[in-house]
Amino acid sequence: MELEIINQTPIKPAAFSINCTKQPLSLSLSLSLSLSLSLESRCYVTLADQKFESHTLAYLTFVSYHRRNMHGRPRKAYKPEEEAASAAKAAKLRGLQSQFMANHHNKIYTKEAVDLSTKLLEINPEAYTAWNYRKLAVEDKLSGIESDPDLVKTILDEELRVVESALKQNFKSYGAWHHRKWVLSKGNSSVGNELRLLDNFQKLDTRNFHAWNYRRFVVELTKRSEQDELEYTDDMIGSDFSNYSAWHNRSVLLSSLLARKADGFLPNKKIPDEYKLVQNAIFTDEDDQSGWFYHLWLLDQTVNVETPLLTSSWPSHSSRISLYAGCSKGSFSKLTTFGSESGSFPLVLYFDQAVGGVSSSTVTIDSELKGNEDLVWEPVSKKNSQVSCVWVARLKYISSEPCFGKEYKVKVRVGNSPGIVSSRGCNFSASYEFVFTAHVHDTVEESSQDGIVSWKDGFDIWDAESKDLNALATLDRSNAQMDSKWRQEAIAEEIDLFRELPDSKIGKLTLARLLMAKAMISDDAVKGVHYNEILELYKDLMALDSSHYQYYKDEHSVALLRKVTSSTEDLSGHLFRCRNMNNSVCLRLNNLSLSRIASVEKLLFVQMLDLSHNELHSTEGLEAMQLLSCLNLSHNRIRSFSSLDSLRHLKQLRVLDVSHNHIGEHSVDTTRYLCSSPLSNSEWPQDEVGSQMPSLVTKYWDAYFVLRDLNLKQLDITGNVIAGDEFSSFVLQVAPKLVWLDGKKLEI
Amino acid sequence: MSDLPPYPPLDPTTYDLIIVGTGVSESILSAAASSSGTSVLHLDPNPFYGSHSASLSLPDLTSFLHSNSLSPPPPPPSDTPDFLSVDLATRSLYSSVEIATFDSSILDERHSRKFNVDLCGPRVLFCADESINLMLKSGSNNYVEFKSVDASFVGDSSGELRSVPDSRAAIFKDKSLGLMEKKQLMKFFKLVQAHLAAAAASSTESDEGAVKIAEEDMESPFVDFLAKMPLPPKIKSIILYGIAMVDYDQDNVEACGDLLKTREGIARLALYITSIGRFSNALGALIYPIYGQGELPQAFCRRAAVKGCIYVLRMPITALLLDKASELIETGGYKGVRLATGQEIFSQKLILDPCITVGSESMSSLTDQQKETLRVLVPKSISSEGKIARGICIIRGSVKADISNALVVYPPKSLFPEQLAAIRVLQLGSGLAVCPADMHVLYFSTVCENDDQGKAALLSAMSTLIKPQVPENLQSDSAVENDTAEAAKPVVLWRALYVQAMVKGEFGGSISSAASPDGNLSYNELVESAVKLYEQLMGSEELFKEETSPDNTTEEENDGGVEIEA
Repeated sequence: MELEIINQTPIKPAAFSINCTKQPLSLSLSLSLSLSLSLESRCYVTLADQKFESHTLAYLTFVSYHRRNMHGRPRKAYKPEEEAASAAKAAKLRGLQSQFMANHHNKIYTKEAVDLSTKLLEINPEAYTAWNYRKLAVEDKLSGIESDPDLVKTILDEELRVVESALKQNFKSYGAWHHRKWVLSKGNSSVGNELRLLDNFQKLDTRNFHAWNYRRFVVELTKRSEQDELEYTDDMIGSDFSNYSAWHNRSVLLSSLLARKADGFLPNKKIPDEYKLVQNAIFTDEDDQSGWFYHLWLLDQTVNVETPLLTSSWPSHSSRISLYAGCSKGSFSKLTTFGSESGSFPLVLYFDQAVGGVSSSTVTIDSELKGNEDLVWEPVSKKNSQVSCVWVARLKYISSEPCFGKEYKVKVRVGNSPGIVSSRGCNFSASYEFVFTAHVHDTVEESSQDGIVSWKDGFDIWDAESKDLNALATLDRSNAQMDSKWRQEAIAEEIDLFRELPDSKIGKLTLARLLMAKAMISDDAVKGVHYNEILELYKDLMALDSSHYQYYKDEHSVALLRKVTSSTEDLSGHLFRCRNMNNSVCLRLNNLSLSRIASVEKLLFVQMLDLSHNELHSTEGLEAMQLLSCLNLSHNRIRSFSSLDSLRHLKQLRVLDVSHNHIGEHSVDTTRYLCSSPLSNSEWPQDEVGSQMPSLVTKYWDAYFVLRDLNLKQLDITGNVIAGDEFSSFVLQVAPKLVWLDGKKLEI
Repeated sequence: MSDLPPYPPLDPTTYDLIIVGTGVSESILSAAASSSGTSVLHLDPNPFYGSHSASLSLPDLTSFLHSNSLSPPPPPPSDTPDFLSVDLATRSLYSSVEIATFDSSILDERHSRKFNVDLCGPRVLFCADESINLMLKSGSNNYVEFKSVDASFVGDSSGELRSVPDSRAAIFKDKSLGLMEKKQLMKFFKLVQAHLAAAAASSTESDEGAVKIAEEDMESPFVDFLAKMPLPPKIKSIILYGIAMVDYDQDNVEACGDLLKTREGIARLALYITSIGRFSNALGALIYPIYGQGELPQAFCRRAAVKGCIYVLRMPITALLLDKASELIETGGYKGVRLATGQEIFSQKLILDPCITVGSESMSSLTDQQKETLRVLVPKSISSEGKIARGICIIRGSVKADISNALVVYPPKSLFPEQLAAIRVLQLGSGLAVCPADMHVLYFSTVCENDDQGKAALLSAMSTLIKPQVPENLQSDSAVENDTAEAAKPVVLWRALYVQAMVKGEFGGSISSAASPDGNLSYNELVESAVKLYEQLMGSEELFKEETSPDNTTEEENDGGVEIEA
């Protein structure tokens, strides 16, 4: 017995019915275009010689059955005589197979033995063992003749011939295509024939992903130009614009050509042309998915730039912050005031995409604040991940030397030296510098240190001063770095066009996405209008298309939050003074039926946040709000503590209200499967609590992980199924600093 | 025809059916009758197969058009002891024949055999039409090969040709339609397809909720239905004239006479849609037989010959033989025909070429019953059925760069305000073996009320597509006009213009008359009338019944049995 590489796959071919056009348009909820074609070589290794036969025969039947029904080809029912013939064929095949196996095991590579494998493969191209056997046979022969180029050619040509006749039997045979690649990689010179062969196969089934994959392989091998390949996709799309594979290949080729700025491939010229092409497809047949996918890709190309950008920071450029020692319950009457027992404040960098490599060498700090020479930058992300949109460093402002009552200028230079790289591999190239002033006060405000924070009432409209408002302005530099004119024009044109497709769901969705894109790259003045239209569109969609309700709901929330944060005027409408809390400023985003959190980059300054009476399932996104100390999540749809996982990054969080949610309601919590089980995790530290009450930790492990890392003084958990005496006693153990639980002061 | 070699006398002398003329209608009837075991004698006065559907060399075409205009030679003496003999006359279907040669080299020996020019052009076959079905049924498909017509266009007086967006891919690629127009057109096609699918489904089972066009819409004029869809005028015109191949202006009720009903319009679209993709080798809906349309009647004739039909070409008939004894009138009075050789041949039934008539002076002496027997041959009954103006141009160059075989339609009023009917133009190249390599044959046709009107319309289309040229003797003056747009146009080398009378087939008991080529692009109506005539002749027997099963099996394997060269 030996290791065999077998393609995982009776199921795969059918899974590719995504290319079928007859299905009603299902909305793709992801931006990813790399759906179908990247699955080519997902192999697994198995000890499979013995099981191989039955597996293969079953697959053979499967393939012939399904092949007939793919891409709109009619399927014929088997007649009894055909079934009989098929049984006879199977018997013959079994005979061949056992003979072949004997040869294989005995390493017989004579002409007769190899011919036997040819026969077998011509009947059943899926016999992967036979392909591997042939590889061994070829190696065996080649080693015998050494360097006679003619003989080598004869041997390899014979292999190609066998593959070709096998492919005629089943042009979706993984084994046959792999074998062909293998032969070509042996350096056979007749690669010119390959494109001709491919043309035939691609005519036979224009969306055959094997052929497309192999085509890319051959193109690579022959160094055929990407421009020529692009023209080929022109032809294929021209003859059938439902050819998703051709569109996909087009996007791959264009990405490459645009990225290396090939002659005639400037984004500002080429992308608008591509819009015109895909418009024709969409308007000719709006029920066809392929064009919409490509349109989505184009929109992504229009809106996003590859190079990562710094979106915002806290403190923001030219802002003035006041730092106090002590008090940490967000009870400051000004937005720009911050205090912490630890004597340090977070410096937050928010990038437009996940980046890695933020460190004291790539980001330099120039200030008189002492003790910050070797700052540690941490990604605010899941454990072990070294990339994140949000990076935080903690700057000390209380050090051994007295430094109170002074103002310090802090100059931050991001990208000082190369090293900040996006997860896609693009460098943060344009370095950026920002300066803020930190005023360190010597007074220690400890007014309501242990008082309960109440969310019920006592909120006053925030009488903002202009300088406070200015502090909200975050740096929004993405426009500056992009050559945004053609982008704005392209999107404006698309918007005009798609306003004319009002009767289709995908048309509405695309219009909403376009408007969102426009709002992202246009001036503040016109944004509000767009957001209102976007919100209306998503409302319509929610009513029209209930099967994707949650997606529209989430997008609606995103748009709403963008709208709220689009201008200081809009935002200040949601800012309140909390009377009972020493007039500290609270951002209230309650009762907005939010199901998702967004626009956090504009809210880095927030210390007190009210998200109650929404439809949130998770706190994902809030981890960026490093200053947050009071959070109200009551009356939402949180189902477990795992959904609160992102809160673990909030070192300042002291007050958390998760009352009236659904925690503990569902015995089977799907999010648990995404977390590693604490019981199987060897790294699980056997800490004090864990060893004291292992059964409770096992039962409430998700709560344990969240609460253990937080430093809460007040927690409200009432109105959840999980709440009860047992859980309360568990909480007291996990969060020893807790003063208020469910509105009651704890006796310590 | 004076140098006719003498024929031996025919044997046998009695048949079930005699057919005179080898046009498409006659050939279908002959093949069908022979296949069902009927003994058939098939005669043609011409030295070639096809009669009015033939494809000929330029000199043959010229002489055929002219010779048919002449009166037939005086019949030989008609005194027979046993029968009453009625002399026949030949009238010409063609009038206003006008032939001009602009480049005499075209008639040279080296070219002359390379032309196969249709008398009944422009004509093509739809992949899904009845003539194809009939060929498959009869087995005559084995004798013909086809090629695709590459493209079809709609033109106007500006000279611009816009391709007909007749499929999903064509709509996608079309550059002249706006995005909304594409959307509307595709939506309409989808509606038609859904309707057809629903109609097909409901024929087997009653299907609720399927998309169907409302019954009251089906009875309304098609043009109103298109407007209701709503389709803009540009697209309406493409659908009506470029796809449904309507002749008369549908926006002008008076000129049109009868408007196309939605039901019929949808049926025509269905033919077009089902034609696309019926055969995997065919590019679009239309195909054309290699070596010309004359191949079609020949194919049916060969089929008939295989089934036992006897063929004699160059054999006119001069007289009909009727029973002398008037009390034997129950048999219909018809007995047989007298050939040009003088031999008398007898049959139960007779089908005659549409140009054969009985002179009125011969009629006057007959009894009422005898007149009844001969009624289909009386010229006045076949006079007022409309005319088709046809034109043929041999050109150097092509009307559209890079395209050899193409159909161009000029909808009514597109060329000039008084244009009453659509003008269809078919360009064919040497790939179809109809002309020498560097040339194209252009066929023009339009239905018309009178000769002048029809020819004026054709000349207008010609001048839009082709560089005008004066006859050779005046050629020195022609260098005056020389702008660039004109320079790109093809040059005409040879031109024929003629007007053909349209004669419908008629069943007359023992003597029937076959139909002449009609003004349509396809053979559908001709086939329909031939099938009807066959049913009347033979009772309600189905055509080519016994051929059906063996040919169905080949249909699955090989492009439906029709050879289409890619």
